[in-house]
Amino acid sequence: MLTLKNIVTYYGNICALKGVSLDVKQGEIVTIIGGNGAGKTTTLKTICGLVPATSGEIFFLDKDITNKPTSDIVESGIVMVPEGRRVFPRMSVLENLQLGAYLNKNRPEIKNDLEKVFDMFPILKDRIKQIAGTLSGGEQQMLAIGRALMARPKLLLLDEPSMGLAPKIVTNIFNIISEINRTGTTILLVEQNARMALSIANKGFVIETGNIVLEDTAKNLLRNEEVKKAYLGE
Amino acid sequence: MQILTVIIINSILAVSLNLISGYTGQLSLGHATFMGLGAYAATLFTLKLQTPFLVSIVLGAVVAAFFGFVIGVPTLRLRGDYLAIATLGFGEITKNVLLNLKITGGPMGLRGIPKVTNVYVAAAALIFVIFSLGRIINSRVGKSFIAIREDELAAEAMGINTTRFKILAFIIGAFYAGLAGGLYAFLFRYINPKDFGFMRSIEILCMVVLGGMGNTYGAVLGATIITILPEFLRSVSPAIAQYRMVLYGLLLVIMMIVKPRGIIGESSLSNKKPKKLLEKGGA
Repeated sequence: MLTLKNIVTYYGNICALKGVSLDVKQGEIVTIIGGNGAGKTTTLKTICGLVPATSGEIFFLDKDITNKPTSDIVESGIVMVPEGRRVFPRMSVLENLQLGAYLNKNRPEIKNDLEKVFDMFPILKDRIKQIAGTLSGGEQQMLAIGRALMARPKLLLLDEPSMGLAPKIVTNIFNIISEINRTGTTILLVEQNARMALSIANKGFVIETGNIVLEDTAKNLLRNEEVKKAYLGE
Repeated sequence: MQILTVIIINSILAVSLNLISGYTGQLSLGHATFMGLGAYAATLFTLKLQTPFLVSIVLGAVVAAFFGFVIGVPTLRLRGDYLAIATLGFGEITKNVLLNLKITGGPMGLRGIPKVTNVYVAAAALIFVIFSLGRIINSRVGKSFIAIREDELAAEAMGINTTRFKILAFIIGAFYAGLAGGLYAFLFRYINPKDFGFMRSIEILCMVVLGGMGNTYGAVLGATIITILPEFLRSVSPAIAQYRMVLYGLLLVIMMIVKPRGIIGESSLSNKKPKKLLEKGGA
């Protein structure tokens, strides 16, 4: 579904990705794990066209989307939930969700999607009028995911959804991610919380300083000695 | 009556800058430049081509909007401080070009402009501006502007083409400012590049900040206060009136500390009943 071939990305003079290749198959949950500054977020941003790739190619559903404008990429079905949630802080929950459906002009469809999001996150329905900046961290993460779902993604990119959340809420969020996947959305998940990410993923990539150093099924990675030592704290 | 007309023209300026800075969140320090371009263009159309008043001011606004596009394309890739400095530079360039061109009368400016603007014309223009702006703000385009202000990265990730909408905000804001410039020229009957310098840009920004960023009526209120203030001071004591710029500065400092969102503050977008919006469906 999504294929990255030798993607190189620079921030000014700094080379953040040194030839990343990975692929995501339809219906899977794929995770990219790695430490700070390894290039996880940059990989997602490059996929969405928020950061230009210097070289390499990105294919989505057999179409070349390398360095296309973000709005075109979103329209083709890749939607990102940015790191740190990034809800529109002074807008209400409803307005945030409506902006998620920005590219959809079909009103009955939007209404229907809104109901689906509220079924998935009942708390958002209770807070429909509340200003997003006043929600708790977990609620903001739910809103950010809900907002992305309003864009009807075929492939959902999640950037550190567990960041700054209480363990109980993290479990809750990961259950929801699995549920979204079961309804047919492919997921590419970037996480520092490697154990959590690998527990729900089909496949994992380990990234270190801009290079993919390991790729395997999630089950194998959980048993891998190096991964255990470096990322699972065993 | 003259002062009321000036208040209305300043209101148009404040409301138009408010679209760029208040709603879209892009700090521009060159708004008077668009006013000046509108004023010069409208005047030249009338003086050289004898176009009727209405045609002249609309053409003036179109010229200003065109320059809004020209300046917007390269600079709106910049963010925050960088954009502010770029708009500042653009203002200085324009002022110097106006000072040195023959057709603009150089430092002598342009005189002999017929007096056509009156309070009714200005009020009609303000009503047009506020009405059309209201329509824009409540549309999909307006939501995009506000989303850019709230979080540019998130807006982009939702599929909003942020550069295009920032340029659009600049074009619309410049159009209205150009309109105000035309009205200004046909009110005072004399224009000079110094009328549209940096200080004027700052004055317009003061109106917006004072009244309330992101609130159209706040901008009108801010324009009213900033326009009346020097007149009021003059009637109290001409000596104090000389220090009006000091007072603006002080006013801004106090506002930032006491009420950073302005007198009226931002109009909440959430006033609308959510039930109704839900029934309607989307944005």
